[in-house]
Amino acid sequence: MDEAAGSPAVSRRIAPQRASLRPWLLLMPLLVFLAAFFLVPLAQVAMMSVTEPEFGFGHYASIATDGFYLRVLADTFATALLVATCCLVLGFPLAYAMAAASPNMAAAMMIVVTMSFWTSFLVRTYAWMVLLGRSGPIAALLDWIGLPHGELLFTRFSSTIAMTHILLPYMVVSLYAVLRKIEPSLLRSAASLGASPTSVLRHVVLPLAAPGVVNGLTLVFVLCLGFYVTPILLGSPREQMVAGVIGQQIEEFLNFGEASALAVVLLASTLIVLGLYHRRFGLDKLWG
Amino acid sequence: MSAPYLELRGLGKSYDGRTRALDNVSLTAAKGEFITFLGPSGSGKTTTLMLVAGFESASEGDILIEGRSIGRVPPHKRGIGVVFQNYALFPHRAAAENVAFPLLMRKMPKAQAMAKAAEMLGLVGLERFGGRYPREMSGGQQQRVALARALVFDPALLLLDEPLGALDKNLREQMQIEIKAVQRRLGVTTIFVTHDQSEAMAMSDRIVVFDGGRIQQVGAPLDIYRYPSSSFVARFVGDSNILAARLTDPAGGQAEIAGIGTVRVPALPAARAGDAIELLLRPECLKPGSGLDNAARLTVDVIVHFGDSALVTGHAGGTPLRARLEGLAAQGISAGDTLPLSWATSSSHVIGRDAAG
Repeated sequence: MDEAAGSPAVSRRIAPQRASLRPWLLLMPLLVFLAAFFLVPLAQVAMMSVTEPEFGFGHYASIATDGFYLRVLADTFATALLVATCCLVLGFPLAYAMAAASPNMAAAMMIVVTMSFWTSFLVRTYAWMVLLGRSGPIAALLDWIGLPHGELLFTRFSSTIAMTHILLPYMVVSLYAVLRKIEPSLLRSAASLGASPTSVLRHVVLPLAAPGVVNGLTLVFVLCLGFYVTPILLGSPREQMVAGVIGQQIEEFLNFGEASALAVVLLASTLIVLGLYHRRFGLDKLWG
Repeated sequence: MSAPYLELRGLGKSYDGRTRALDNVSLTAAKGEFITFLGPSGSGKTTTLMLVAGFESASEGDILIEGRSIGRVPPHKRGIGVVFQNYALFPHRAAAENVAFPLLMRKMPKAQAMAKAAEMLGLVGLERFGGRYPREMSGGQQQRVALARALVFDPALLLLDEPLGALDKNLREQMQIEIKAVQRRLGVTTIFVTHDQSEAMAMSDRIVVFDGGRIQQVGAPLDIYRYPSSSFVARFVGDSNILAARLTDPAGGQAEIAGIGTVRVPALPAARAGDAIELLLRPECLKPGSGLDNAARLTVDVIVHFGDSALVTGHAGGTPLRARLEGLAAQGISAGDTLPLSWATSSSHVIGRDAAG
């Protein structure tokens, strides 16, 4: 009797366990891949930062005290903040227009926005080199109008504008996701209650879009921290970003230890930003 | 004659330049009147409301309040309170802040606005709910907040767009009474849009029946119910028997109905013998027995008991007929029975002809 009563309970207890192993089996190829080609190398980088050329935390000490590294870090954060802000200012009206447009129009606009994703990163960066070059169309236009301008290329301006261009779609998609969910009747009701179009924007749209604004800013900021190609090709040699300096340390000085330490610092900064976001909003919401 | 409080003058709306969503809608309303726009979906009732609110602009015609055109005034300057079907409360503001919103938009100092909002919430029975957010409130409570918010700034007009559609039946009837009470107390001229004819009957001073982008009939609820101007109105407002008949003696008020025979109808001196007419007989006007002016024998197909009443569906000769009997009187009737019924001539109506007297 006891056995008869006990066995279904036991088998019920075991069955879900067996079933719950299967998803993990399906994940195995990915987990093995990530472990072999991401976690292990990452651990090696972390190791190298304290063992190359000899054991110790000398690289971190020099990063923390060397004016050059501190300025690079500060420039990197400042640039990322500037790019995120530019993306917000440019992206908000676009996302707002998309949310207000008819479904077909919104889909067409979304294609245009994401089109730059389909164009190679390098092509877009070189395109900016052509556009902003000394004999490029923008310089020619400024000359024709008679506006005095300095060098456009190889400045913080040129790398900022290119990174904004590349990262704008992330911001637009983040904002569109929240703006699209705002009920049109809320805007109508605000208007009927006496809110001018600017008041509707300020008192209804912006508060309801706040999660998307924070998401977009975080996403663009974090992605921008690690930018390499664009600042190298377009940016000012005097205002480098961390990723560029890491590359320089390896390629020009073969200083693997210092480069690894910088990479760890960059990764840690990124994780800190994401950690702050997670504590306040929950990381699962970042991608909408 | 002084100008009416609200006037819709020949309103037309076309979205594509060809098909007309709204055609020549004209209407006047007195101050304090409760008017219901009744019609099926796509009949133009909501489009008309949107034009009055200013969310859409009319292709033709004008809207006047106290003789002043508001056709070109943007919605936020019209001073018209609107309650939406989904309430459209601001989810990021508590109930009291929602109600204070229109006052703050009008630059009222915050303390004064919050005090007035609290007072208004009291009027709709939510004095203790000011701090609740919309997501923490039931549908009926949200509805009341929306009503308070639309009324707190003394609007020139109150528009209600199917506001009770999302509520369950009991709550809907309770809200009908409450809305009507608040409206009467504040004396605000109101346009109420619904596709529910019983709601329209229960609440309105006058009903405007819409169909196909046009006004079909305007009148007091009971006038529309008793004297519909078309078979559409007769079918849409209330339950109906519409019987095809042929006049045999217009002035004397006699007609012939297939399967029933000769019946008396309201006199139509202007009509000619032989004219085809549609006779409206409301199901509740058919009484058991043969004591009234006209008689018919109903063969029962189906009987549905509601307790207070019962709906009997059947036919007399070849003519389908529905009768609503009192619950007790209907006891014992079953399908297949033959039932003698009769009706008073004065309770019938010839559709599309003026009520004689």
